[in-house]
Amino acid sequence: MAFNVKALPKKNYIMPGNAACPGCPENIGLKFVSMALGEKATLVVPAGCTSVIQGLWPRQGTSMPVLNIVFAAAASAASGLSRALRIRGKDDIVVVWAGDGGTADIGLQALSGAAERGEDFIYICVDNEAYMNTGIQRSSLTPHGAWTTTTHRGNPGRKKPLPQIVAAHRVPYVATASIGYPWDFISKLKKAASIKGFKYIHLHAPCPVGWRFDPGLTVKIAQLAVETGAWILYEYENGKLRLNPPSNKLVDPSKRKPLEEYIKLQGRFRHLTDKDLEELKKEIEENWREITAILRAQGDL
Amino acid sequence: MALEAEEKTGVRRGTVIPMRGNDAVAYAVKLSRVKVVAAYPITPQTIIVEKIDELISKGEMDAEMIHVESEHSALAATYGAAVGGVRAFTATSSHGLVYMYEVLWWAAGSRIPVVMAVVTRAIGAPWNIHVEHSDILSTRDTGWLIAMAENNQEALDLTVMMFRVTEDPRVYLPGIVGLDGFILSHTVEPVEVPDQELVDEFLPPRRQPYTIESGAPIAMGNIIPDEAFEEHRMDMHESMREARRVIEEAGREYGKLTGRDYSSLVECYKCSDADYLFVGIGSWMGDAKIAVDALREKGLRFGALRLRWIRPFPWDELREYGLEKKAVIVLDRSISFGYAGPVFLEVSSALEAKPSMVGVLAGVGGVDVNYEDMVKIAEHVAGLVEEKGRVYVPALWYHLGEFYPMKPGPLPTRKTPRHVNKLLEELWSKKT
Repeated sequence: MAFNVKALPKKNYIMPGNAACPGCPENIGLKFVSMALGEKATLVVPAGCTSVIQGLWPRQGTSMPVLNIVFAAAASAASGLSRALRIRGKDDIVVVWAGDGGTADIGLQALSGAAERGEDFIYICVDNEAYMNTGIQRSSLTPHGAWTTTTHRGNPGRKKPLPQIVAAHRVPYVATASIGYPWDFISKLKKAASIKGFKYIHLHAPCPVGWRFDPGLTVKIAQLAVETGAWILYEYENGKLRLNPPSNKLVDPSKRKPLEEYIKLQGRFRHLTDKDLEELKKEIEENWREITAILRAQGDL
Repeated sequence: MALEAEEKTGVRRGTVIPMRGNDAVAYAVKLSRVKVVAAYPITPQTIIVEKIDELISKGEMDAEMIHVESEHSALAATYGAAVGGVRAFTATSSHGLVYMYEVLWWAAGSRIPVVMAVVTRAIGAPWNIHVEHSDILSTRDTGWLIAMAENNQEALDLTVMMFRVTEDPRVYLPGIVGLDGFILSHTVEPVEVPDQELVDEFLPPRRQPYTIESGAPIAMGNIIPDEAFEEHRMDMHESMREARRVIEEAGREYGKLTGRDYSSLVECYKCSDADYLFVGIGSWMGDAKIAVDALREKGLRFGALRLRWIRPFPWDELREYGLEKKAVIVLDRSISFGYAGPVFLEVSSALEAKPSMVGVLAGVGGVDVNYEDMVKIAEHVAGLVEEKGRVYVPALWYHLGEFYPMKPGPLPTRKTPRHVNKLLEELWSKKT
């Protein structure tokens, strides 16, 4: 959805000096959420980093209304909240802001229920690929081979394809995004806000603490994830898949940067053997194969 | 004549309709103008959800039903709607209640009024769908108000009342109305349904401490310093105590309008002049009343004190009626394993164990207990008191006509105590 950068709100909804770690991608992401949705955004936040980031009562690090809620209940609490606000004639944009654990693991059942019912809100999974708030434990969205405090020899599993799983619910809008591509993310948020029903955005969010990289590199690493093809930017609108720039050009593997450029900056992959790296590359290749197969079936490739 | 009487007293009679306890709750929810209902079916609560959906589908009730995928989501969605500023309701039983347990705490800590019906049922394993009080009593410490109906009429009246009490600024805590599985939930009784106008008069428009919505950037539930957290808990305790007065006021006014007075947190049946007292919660206290009459005919002056409210706890009333008694028998339909029934523990502490006290466990898992059983229990306890003077037995299990004293405490039965295994042996020998 096209938008005028100058028309975005100038107001700072994310306060400086809140409780986020240096280089935190969630702060960056929340800032874009507020820029895209402004005064209308009403957040529902389950347990996770943002429970802490928003700061200590009686102060608050975000100038958006926030309903904090227990871990497994974000999508269901948002369902009730959105229904009540609609009944009262309010046009708030209810936004769930949940981590990968709160979305793909403990919150998956409630998410699936809300998606199937077609509840009217935007669900954002801010994916830092492990349970960072409790101290970097593995989640079902941790990539293969990654070190966490519960996978010291590297994650034996592979990342759950959550956007695809949500898309299989046939909801009107599913998109992936990255904190390294604000225009893409903001336009997707604006598009989601214009659609009635259940909208899902999966936001890739590199975490300097958990991934073991310099806090100054958060955005750089987010961009490298996309440029190497490890994270693919796409959207499903009413079931139709479309790749978004720059991922649309990366269907051709020769256009992608070598995966090593992304991997070598992160301590969590320091121990990777050549075999692990091959495994990881294979996984990424499979993701692309799935995407291109759908595009071909649609006649778009 | 009847009309004249109505004019004089101000009591406005409703329409008497035979209905199940679950229907009574559903009608109360409709009369309370609830806007959002989120629930997940579980036996024996199911009828409430079905009835509400039927009322909505027929256009008799203006509300939205959220067909959630679990009880955890049921209470979370109900809570979400309540935070969003509308009256919201859910209902559950047993495993459903246990599944939503953490959300109970979250709702109470948020100070958001929500009303839930709990149709009491045993918790597995093994599976058992019948009446027991372990589910509702497991919510005791969550900060929810808890009331317990004796009959279908009360299930309706208490549900309407619960909205008013929980939404009172002096309270602002959520509330549970309990009704016994099958005994009330599936049993038809005549219920007087008040007119909508009457309920509208009784129940003011929804009030709540805050809403979460755009334009008011407040955060609800973010991290709080420990000292402030403790003060918050102290405030919840104060509000729960304050709820006593709110309940009394609301109950009195409801009585003026309907002729059914709920101004007391307890119901006292012939307990003022009694030597002995039954104390308990729920539907079987109706049987206790019949037992009281039968016992009085036999020359034993019994009374029955039913706790209509469990939280706030009717401490004053219990002491007023219970302290001077010869013996108090507390009937419990669930046990805190290794000690005694939860109601016994509460009552015993309120009475400082001053009178003779016996905690009788019975009817667990829906085992039928009728007034004749209660007469038997009463005579047994009266006999113990006659024989020994003062007795204090926290856990005496009454099972199929026999008494099984349970540790802790002395074993004060007149018969040789028989172990449960012995009964099983007997049962086996009968079978083979």
